[in-house]
Amino acid sequence: MSKDNQVLEEFTSREYEHGWTVDLDSDTAPKGLSEDIVRFISAKKEEPEWLLEWRLKAYRHWKTMKEPKWPNVKYPSINYQDIIYYSAPKQKAQPKNLSEVDPELIKTFEKLGISLTEQKRLTGVAVDAVIDSISVATTFKDKLGELGIIFCSFSEAVREHPELVKKYLGTVVPPNDNYFAALNSAVFSDGSFCYIPKGVRCPMELSTYFRINAANTGQFERTLIIAEDDSYVSYLEGCTAPMRDENQLHAAVVELYAMKSAEIKYSTVQNWYPGDKDGKGGIYNFVTKRGICAGDHSKISWTQVETGAAITWKYPSCILKGDYSNGEFYSVAVTNNFQQADTGTKMIHIGKNTRSRIVSKGISAGKSQNSYRGQVHILKRAENARNFSQCDSLLMGDQCGAHTFPYIDVENKSAHVEHEATTSKIGEDQIFYCLQRGIDEEAAVALIVNGYAKEVLKQLPMEFAVEAQKLLALTLEGSVG
Amino acid sequence: MLKIKNIHARVEDKTILNGINLDVKPGEVHAIMGPNGSGKSTLASVLAGREDFEVTEGSIEFLGKDLLKMSPEDRAREGVFLAFQYPVEIPGVSTVNFMKTALNKIREYRGQDTLDAVSFLTLMKEKIKLVDIDQSLLSRSLNESFSGGEKKRNEIFQMAMLEPKLAILDETDSGLDIDALRIVANGVNKLQTKDNATIIVTHYQRLLDYIVPDYVHVLYNGKIVKSGTKELAMELEEKGYDWIKSEMEVA
Repeated sequence: MSKDNQVLEEFTSREYEHGWTVDLDSDTAPKGLSEDIVRFISAKKEEPEWLLEWRLKAYRHWKTMKEPKWPNVKYPSINYQDIIYYSAPKQKAQPKNLSEVDPELIKTFEKLGISLTEQKRLTGVAVDAVIDSISVATTFKDKLGELGIIFCSFSEAVREHPELVKKYLGTVVPPNDNYFAALNSAVFSDGSFCYIPKGVRCPMELSTYFRINAANTGQFERTLIIAEDDSYVSYLEGCTAPMRDENQLHAAVVELYAMKSAEIKYSTVQNWYPGDKDGKGGIYNFVTKRGICAGDHSKISWTQVETGAAITWKYPSCILKGDYSNGEFYSVAVTNNFQQADTGTKMIHIGKNTRSRIVSKGISAGKSQNSYRGQVHILKRAENARNFSQCDSLLMGDQCGAHTFPYIDVENKSAHVEHEATTSKIGEDQIFYCLQRGIDEEAAVALIVNGYAKEVLKQLPMEFAVEAQKLLALTLEGSVG
Repeated sequence: MLKIKNIHARVEDKTILNGINLDVKPGEVHAIMGPNGSGKSTLASVLAGREDFEVTEGSIEFLGKDLLKMSPEDRAREGVFLAFQYPVEIPGVSTVNFMKTALNKIREYRGQDTLDAVSFLTLMKEKIKLVDIDQSLLSRSLNESFSGGEKKRNEIFQMAMLEPKLAILDETDSGLDIDALRIVANGVNKLQTKDNATIIVTHYQRLLDYIVPDYVHVLYNGKIVKSGTKELAMELEEKGYDWIKSEMEVA
């Protein structure tokens, strides 16, 4: 066996760090999906009639739709009747503050390195913790409240701020947008809600941490962020799941709404369980994320570091409706073993003088398949629109694949669209150079990969950039080709 | 410090080194010269532990340890430094970051504490002065779009940072103009002490105008065929390698 293969072998035997489960007493819906289940979820959450109707409409539409087959991923067909659509850790009553949250839940998150105790928490980050189907705690609510910022679980928003939810829900990602968005709209159970009032700069990072714990359960969360005129918010989501032999479905929807001169920065560090080295188990991460720059001079910036999940299917996108609005997409997607990723973005230029920038860095190792799929669409009235796209692929070993599918549609002659793409391999020369300076192979790979992904990583808030760097190194430990 | 005994090495099926013997003591500077294809760079690679070369016979002892049994990174940590003929580009990684990682890995191996940011920067400033390198170069991606001279100077800067016991300069003079050559040579001279040793691998005599070797060895067909002092280098420059070749054929 050559050394490269040995190294790959070592790497593939590495274990997923967050693969444990916690024995939580759960309140669970029966398996399967029907109108009754939709009603069950809505009733559990004591939702108003309009929301139940909204869900049912989505469900009925979903039934007429077919699972998309165009992504460059392969998986056995999903039996939607074999999934549990609602599972909530049992709590005595709705906790009013952190001291009332089940200590077992708090421990679960502490095990993940996320402290929900505010005084222990890094200053500058507020956290909403979602386990299986529901949000268990949100920190720093009061402090944010003083500025008029609403940061709470989606269910709470439905109860406390129904007018806002009703006004914006589904405006960016309509319930019938696509198969998984329709499914989510029917059965979503919780998620985060965030509202930044006019002229307010949110003083801390807002963060949601998603954890799937229960078996056979799908996670369908929904996030809605609304930024009023001249406001700013930076938001981060993280996720992990236990190691299980069966595949679990995660179909989330994220909607961002930026008004005049508002800016939303949305960062994701995705570390769902990727399956074992033979490709068994892992999360199917089928997510719809979209933001609209509704007002002039608004800005939405997506940054994602995708290291986990058996299959990733997501295209965080920007609708650049306001004049002079600006969309950005920075992505590092790492696939290893039998992981498959089909990810990218859509930049829809509608307003005049709109700009977008796409930087995608794919890293493939093992027997994985990694695809970038991106669309830049310049509409007729988008005078002077500009786009720059950079898509790089890095290959490790000779059994993986990297693919690029750029789609460019230009309907206005004044547009400037640039697309650059490169493919490279980590060279033995680079590794040897590092070795000769005393840097071992694992550290060398980490160094080279982080250098490669630097342009994206530097977009992340400081402390998460460090986390992401470690995660990249961990995911690719020992993997050299 | 370094004892090379009867080293034979090959790449795939091609034998390149054919019984090399060399003894290097602390404080010494050795020059290895020879025509293209004589095995000079192979010798440097074998010492550094590059995998493409298979040692089929012989032994190398470095500071009392069996060098051939050590991994390339452990050789570096024990104090072997190779200044590359073709320094490698690593996009997105600055020389500063690269050196910090390297230095701390080496210190870890030696049971020393890792350097914090302040002590590292202090050390770096000191070495920047010593080898006269433009500081802005060090925050750029390692060797990416560096000129030939900048790459070589960066190698010497790294050597200064890591303070090796044995430095091997592989064709460090190739691609350098005379000013760059002088600066690089100056750096090497300043780093030379009575406790460390240097092996200069070169095709031309001109680097030896600036770095004066204690011994000069001529490599031909994978063997050291002649050893002497710096006068040998002058003679070589004058007569050319054909002189060695014809001598060998006569013998």
